[in-house]
Amino acid sequence: MESRSGRMKRSSLEALSEGRRAADALGSRLHALLSGSPVTGLAAGLAPQGPDTVLVAEHEILGQYHPEAFASVLASAVRKTGAAYVFLSATALGRDLAARAAAKLDAGLAADCIEVEISDGHLRVKRPVYSGRAVATARFATTPAFATLRPNAFPVVQLSGRNPVIETLAVEMDLAKIRARTVEVKAGEGGEVDISEASVVVAGGRAMKGPENFSLIWDLARALGGAVGASRAAVDAGWIGHQCQVGQTGKVVAPGLYIACGISGAIQHLAGMSTSKVIVAINKDPEAPIFKLADYGIVGDLYEVLPKLTEEVRSLKGQ
Amino acid sequence: MKIAVCIKQVPDTEAKIKIGADGRSIDEAGVNLVVSPFDEYAVEEGLRLKEKHGGEVVAYAVGDDRAATALRTVLAMGVDRAVHLKDAAFEGSDGLGVSRILAAALRLDSFEMILFGKQAVGTDRGQVGPRVAELLDLPHVSVVVALSVEGGRLRAEREIEGACEVVESPLPAVITAQKGLNEPRYASLKGILAAKKKEIRVMGAADIRVDPSTVGAAGAAEVWEKVELPPGRTAGKILRDMDPASAAKELVRILREEAKVI
Repeated sequence: MESRSGRMKRSSLEALSEGRRAADALGSRLHALLSGSPVTGLAAGLAPQGPDTVLVAEHEILGQYHPEAFASVLASAVRKTGAAYVFLSATALGRDLAARAAAKLDAGLAADCIEVEISDGHLRVKRPVYSGRAVATARFATTPAFATLRPNAFPVVQLSGRNPVIETLAVEMDLAKIRARTVEVKAGEGGEVDISEASVVVAGGRAMKGPENFSLIWDLARALGGAVGASRAAVDAGWIGHQCQVGQTGKVVAPGLYIACGISGAIQHLAGMSTSKVIVAINKDPEAPIFKLADYGIVGDLYEVLPKLTEEVRSLKGQ
Repeated sequence: MKIAVCIKQVPDTEAKIKIGADGRSIDEAGVNLVVSPFDEYAVEEGLRLKEKHGGEVVAYAVGDDRAATALRTVLAMGVDRAVHLKDAAFEGSDGLGVSRILAAALRLDSFEMILFGKQAVGTDRGQVGPRVAELLDLPHVSVVVALSVEGGRLRAEREIEGACEVVESPLPAVITAQKGLNEPRYASLKGILAAKKKEIRVMGAADIRVDPSTVGAAGAAEVWEKVELPPGRTAGKILRDMDPASAAKELVRILREEAKVI
């Protein structure tokens, strides 16, 4: 379970809910591992996602993410519980931690899964490969096995009447072996909601022609309560920061709504957003490849369409 | 400074993907193979470290005959020599298997810095770098966008959601490179010619002392049962030939009432 600024990350709650579903289908128990410092206060808040146990690993060394420390705790928790499957959210931390912990346990790891299926007592996952140009279905030949789950690909389910057992997991490690250490965390320029975790993303591409025009994108994003994304062309041109880049060498996002403005829809961009639930494209070119993927769209001049869209959304929301 | 860079040859990111006849892999016939884009940042960083601190850069790749082309490409960028890990026993390896192969090979030498790309844009696992670090009992930092080395220690910045972590570590260490770390150089004609004379040492399972049953398809923990094209989306409702105001109004209405996303 991953938290930031004292709050549980939504993507961890998604992984926990999926863990509950998988545990039920397998007829087994679900343990949630909370590592951090301080972190005990967050344990009770996990009840609605239905873990049977919440293991709390609290130690000063866990106050920042140091891979070796967190991997040691996770491996120890897997050994102690005898867990067959380990889910983490496919955030930067989750993907990194899963790899190191899996190596400690000689375990397999399926990364960035978008679906989990249980059949005949076995767990299978579906994951995008070749930058989303194909989907692989994988099973595990050995257990324990790790899977990192793509943020926004799974629902957070609220269950009532759950009372997990909260247990302390003793943290024993040789601190001298924690060598790579996070010494500082600098807030990003993009604001607190990272695009990979936003439920709405409005993205601008080459047609924005310059940084000033991104204000049209920001306005619509703000009206919708979403985050701003960009294609590689816009980032490479220096119009917006790399943390907003969506695509194969940028971020993978899967929001409920993705609005692509002046983005043609190259494969490398699609790799970063093709699993969004609803895709809208606004482009002057009726033949732009993005229209083949989009659920809805407008063929038109984004400089005229975007302000109108923003106006409509604002009046709808009574802003 | 002794530097190793691990690279992987992957299908060109522009290539159209076709499913193979066995339904469990992709059809690579006629697909252009390139060095995975993130690995280029790793190679470039390795070359810059050598330019600053002296030493040598060695490239490693696991793959069949075709991987030699990828190794020549990075030799042309300036890498000093290469190791091609090739053995029928290596085929079908998952992340666990590849990390075992690379760790065994790297263990035969002694490097202060081992660089990887953050993930291979093929299998997209992103796990091999941290796995190799664990197997070699080395610290690692992943998704690095800035790196400096001084007095046997590294200082790196890594990109996480909505923030940037600054990490310090003693060397030797493993890092995985993210876009933004640097601008990879193009191989010059001089470099391409020089690459032809540089050493590519081929090593198999016995040479690196790896038990074949622990790697390749035999040792895989993650087994691909099926590979499919992504589910198609039904044709979208695209509004054409409407004035901006009407189109905007209609789109918002659809998104609210039909898609229910506003």
